[in-house]
Amino acid sequence: MEVDTAAINTIVDKYDKDKSYLLAMFQDVQRQYRYLPKEAIQHICDRLRIPFSKGYEVATFYSSISLTPRGKHTVHVCLGTACHLRGGPNILDTFERELKIKRGDTTENGLFTLESVNCLGACALAPLVRIDGHDYGKTTPGSVKKIIKEYGETT
Amino acid sequence: MIVSIRELDGIAAENKQKSGAYKKIVKICCGTGCVSSGALKVYEKLTGFMKAEGLTDKVLVKKTGCHGLCERGPIIVFGDDEILYQTVGKRDLEDDARLLLKTIQDGTIAENLLYKGDDKAKRYVSPRDIPFYAGQTRIVLSQNGIIDPEDIEEYISLGGYQALHKALKTDPVEIIEWIEKSGLRGRGGGGFPTGTKWRSCRDASGEPRYVIANGDEGDPGAFMDRSLMEGNPHAVIEGMIIGGYAVGSNQGFIYVRDEYPLAVQRLSIAIDKARHYGLLGSNIFNTGFNFDIKIFRGGGAFVCGESTALMSSIEGKPGEPRAKYTHTVEKGLWDKPSNLNNVETWACVPHIINKGWEWFGSIGTAQSKGTKVFSLVGKVKNTGLVEVPMGITLNEIIFKLGGGIQGDRKFKAVQTGGPSGGCIPAEYLEMPVDFDSLTKLGSMMGSGGMIVMDERDCMVDVARYFLKFLVDESCGKCTPCREGVRRMFEIVDNICSGKGSKGDVERLEELARAIQLGSLCALGQSAPNPVLSTIKYFRDEYNVHIEQKKCPAGVCKALTTFIIDPEKCTGCMRCATECPVTCISGEKKKAHTIDQSKCVKCGTCYDVCRFGAVKYE
Amino acid sequence: MVEFTINGKKASAEKGETILNAARREGFDIPTLCYHDTLGSDGRCRLCMVEVRKGSRKRLVTSCLYPVESGIEVFTESPDVLLVRKTVLELLLARCPNSETIQYLAKEHGVDTIRYSKDNDKGKCILCNLCVKTCEFNVGVAALCMSGKGTLKKVTTPYGEPSHDCIGCGACVAICPTGHIYMEDKDGVRTIWNKRFELARCPKCNRYHAPLEQLEFIAARSGTPVEQLLICPSCK
Repeated sequence: MEVDTAAINTIVDKYDKDKSYLLAMFQDVQRQYRYLPKEAIQHICDRLRIPFSKGYEVATFYSSISLTPRGKHTVHVCLGTACHLRGGPNILDTFERELKIKRGDTTENGLFTLESVNCLGACALAPLVRIDGHDYGKTTPGSVKKIIKEYGETT
Repeated sequence: MIVSIRELDGIAAENKQKSGAYKKIVKICCGTGCVSSGALKVYEKLTGFMKAEGLTDKVLVKKTGCHGLCERGPIIVFGDDEILYQTVGKRDLEDDARLLLKTIQDGTIAENLLYKGDDKAKRYVSPRDIPFYAGQTRIVLSQNGIIDPEDIEEYISLGGYQALHKALKTDPVEIIEWIEKSGLRGRGGGGFPTGTKWRSCRDASGEPRYVIANGDEGDPGAFMDRSLMEGNPHAVIEGMIIGGYAVGSNQGFIYVRDEYPLAVQRLSIAIDKARHYGLLGSNIFNTGFNFDIKIFRGGGAFVCGESTALMSSIEGKPGEPRAKYTHTVEKGLWDKPSNLNNVETWACVPHIINKGWEWFGSIGTAQSKGTKVFSLVGKVKNTGLVEVPMGITLNEIIFKLGGGIQGDRKFKAVQTGGPSGGCIPAEYLEMPVDFDSLTKLGSMMGSGGMIVMDERDCMVDVARYFLKFLVDESCGKCTPCREGVRRMFEIVDNICSGKGSKGDVERLEELARAIQLGSLCALGQSAPNPVLSTIKYFRDEYNVHIEQKKCPAGVCKALTTFIIDPEKCTGCMRCATECPVTCISGEKKKAHTIDQSKCVKCGTCYDVCRFGAVKYE
Repeated sequence: MVEFTINGKKASAEKGETILNAARREGFDIPTLCYHDTLGSDGRCRLCMVEVRKGSRKRLVTSCLYPVESGIEVFTESPDVLLVRKTVLELLLARCPNSETIQYLAKEHGVDTIRYSKDNDKGKCILCNLCVKTCEFNVGVAALCMSGKGTLKKVTTPYGEPSHDCIGCGACVAICPTGHIYMEDKDGVRTIWNKRFELARCPKCNRYHAPLEQLEFIAARSGTPVEQLLICPSCK
């Protein structure tokens, strides 16, 4: 895949080419591509004069970085303790059934990526679902179907 | 630029005058909870009405940080705690907004929107009377629901940055003495004395020194740090500048978890505004002291809440912990002396400086001073954030403030301390909550998550849940944690799926002990706690799973079957409608049945049935 | 000098020296897998844990990292130490059932049964990190890394693809304590980490002896012409 090296350079320069901000640079690039392309890791490592392996190591350690393309909408089903007790696993099951994908996968039409997360910190509203930064509290298997519809279409 | 107390007081006075010009002030909680409950829609609607009525010059409607009672959001408070409205806009946005307008216009109280007691008979007008608030002592959270977190002037008008001014006129070592004498202990989990840490950092050799705020609040069920960073970012910043001055550092870092984008945004705005006024930067208050703060975003790794892993992450590396035989106050970030405290700990600092260590030390217990913010969640009626003096009992928190268990089911346990903590059973409800008591019970204070469980929660499943969490979140560096925890998970998973065998519990205990003794970092060392505490207090439940292949709470799917009692079923069809896999059939007003071959055992039918007709065995 | 005891025997060591080094010098056997003299340690395998008593306080420490202190009592085979050591070996054996090294160590420590399901996807890798470190610090190319975290962690080149940085030197093979890393020299070609290297032939004895890329790497670093490096060590 070809990446916009000029845009990546801007990101690297924004952090003064400080390799401490490697993860932040990856997150910024990911915002543009909805994942972190291999070529972007390589380019950033070259600019920072660090081995490619160091970039790969960081990119794979942190779960917020995805090395495969994500769908248009990322569904995060919270499985924190409060969400677990209040039915979070059923919410995840319902998303899996309705979207016909497993956790970590993307629907064939590229609309949804389904992920679970180990606590979003809105535990009072458990079980919680976050889609593209928007939070849905006190979800039920019934409301999941409505939420999916809200995003345009089901698969 | 603020260079002396005169400018600081000037801004405070100007701000007070500005808000004094309004006849009324309406505070809409825009914490994460209320926002997801629709607070912003209420704000838009209300301000729209007010514009139409020409009220915008007379009444100030502002967005504030979290008010704490997330369960009943969106929360709106009028004036100085005069009226509290809850679940505003939940029934009908338009209607509720009109009710708000009416209260603004002629003071008519909307009975619908008031907080009601359990028996529905008692209605509360002022939040001061609601047991959830009345039982709290709000220090760290005291400004959260009052100020607009994006407005530094509001923070200043409530006395913000006065503590910094006072501190910069004081000898740094004296400040450390104050913190030591206050008895402040780390709010992030370990409870290490903050003053001792500061002193060790100041005494360590090496330049430069760093101060760090740990905002990687990863314990599931805890969200007080989020609420502080989002709702009162300047308190954290002010605390850090004071800490930097005390230990001799000019550079601070705030490490915020990636899941908290709003916290990053609010902190960034706050840092910019503090820089604008010269409260961050060079020559602060004309004293020659320089200090600045950078924000680091985490990457979704729980282990980064551990101090050495966090520092490794700031260095741009994977967040793997290292052995702490040399403490981070001596060799931390880039091997330089580094003082790391949790967000809530930093937010305590300005209060201690302002009101004195004697005052802080007068709150709490002998060994645990001050207040602690807890996030009260799970099966409790009033979920949300509560700030209470250390030493209050679990009973008071859960039953008085929290209002008891949802649906008036039976209390079973409360989980504290996240994946490093444990489950405390009913017999210890009268236990005072402080650092040492909870540790004695095999749990820990942790960052303050309090997850309430009832009779419908399976303790073996809870142990399984935490093991799964830890399998996912172990960094994988050392053998006992990486390999041992996943083997514990395998054993407990087997027990939950009916494949447990005699001796499993003993094997778990043996493995747990080896992991506690042999792991590299505190996370690994404490990883067996959720299992050990559930074995300690709920061994019977393990035995029933293993010997009788039954799950008494009806949670473990392989051991549970849901059935409908035809005698009790009224044929209301509610369960059939709600069933996510439509495996319940039956005609209206006739008994329903569950197709066991399709049932996914989610328990939705059990939860929604109003006639007690759904049972599990 | 610091005075202390190991298993009751008086011992002394330089300030800052690790318990592991001091104990080995004094003739005590402490097993290790992730420690290496040239690369130090970061305390991954946990086999070397020992018990340290200071007054009434006792705790287990990582002997490869813990600096000796005056007056401490070190125990290399206390019940707690043995519990951790045997548990670690059983866990590693379940992870790498085919590793002869682990089999041998386990047997030596009386671990004869594995009570867990055996993994079949981890090869013989125990994640000691020595290959990654030798590649970076001894060789100086950093072609290898640990990817992922937790149970998914593994040693790999980026994306598991042939690495631009790898020079095929085989230092990782040499340092691996369990023989996990696959390397094959066949018909003038070396295969390692999914990359194929043309082997250089010694102009004197006509034998293949090192990957051309490795010789070019050394040439660039040392200033020695490649022609000179082509001559194999035995013909020099």
